[in-house]
Amino acid sequence: MTLIDLANPTRFLTLTSRVLPWLAGLTFVLLLIGLYQSAMAPDDYQQGATVKIMFIHVPNAWLSMFVWGVMSLAALGTLVWRHPLADVAAKAAAPIGACFTFLALATGSLWGRPMWGTYWEWDARLTSVLILFLMYLGLIALWRAVEDPSRAARAAAVLTLVGAINLPIIKFSVDWWNTLHQPASVLRLGGPALDRAFLIPLLVMAVAFSLLFVTLHLAAMRNEILRRRVRALQVKQASQRMA
Amino acid sequence: MSLGPYASYIVTAYLLVAAVVAILIGWIAIDYRRQKQQLGELDAAGVVRRSGRSAAEII
Repeated sequence: MTLIDLANPTRFLTLTSRVLPWLAGLTFVLLLIGLYQSAMAPDDYQQGATVKIMFIHVPNAWLSMFVWGVMSLAALGTLVWRHPLADVAAKAAAPIGACFTFLALATGSLWGRPMWGTYWEWDARLTSVLILFLMYLGLIALWRAVEDPSRAARAAAVLTLVGAINLPIIKFSVDWWNTLHQPASVLRLGGPALDRAFLIPLLVMAVAFSLLFVTLHLAAMRNEILRRRVRALQVKQASQRMA
Repeated sequence: MSLGPYASYIVTAYLLVAAVVAILIGWIAIDYRRQKQQLGELDAAGVVRRSGRSAAEII
């Protein structure tokens, strides 16, 4: 099956129905392994046991940006290639991305209180992620406000691409400005600064959460395709009644 | 496994993630059931797709 075959929603639904149970199972197993490794990880010499929050905070923070990246690609698919599933992918991803961003903010806040002495600080990293969260909410509101899905898709695609400017700002905010937030310790020049005892559980959790996103995204895309089918059939039913 | 003096922060963070992920999964599952139900009702009303296939036939 080639990528172009997936442009057909019915073929996409067929593929999804085959793949989803396997993806869900794999995600569940990886999450169990990741949680076990996180529980068994040693305490940090400075942060003590609060380092365990890192194993859920970092995957959520990574996904908050990754999901917007996926939506930006989908926005290009809508505006440039007019792929039939591009706006379905973007619309389905937004609530999931909003949840991951909320969890990144909330778990970061719960980690910040014992380590920094405050739940919140208006520094560059925290503020730029809060802006990302508000942009997710704005996109969801836009999708709900415009009744015609194709019109909503174009407006949302433009907004998504404009919002993508925030991604490098989030990533490099800790380098460009003085912030309470620590600098990058995994994806950085010179390799990860973390000890293997923390790095391995973190990577397992990151892969598990990424698979969770793929699973939820495919399921939400399936729902969106069915919702559009319901809408089209309801319009057809109404026109049959009028005739 | 001892979580030390900040156990409440750690446990709250993990419970929050579990709750939000559970709500997300539940919301998607309920939405799927709702769409299938609506397609079933349209099928029962005799509305068919352009291809001539039944509304309730998902794939």
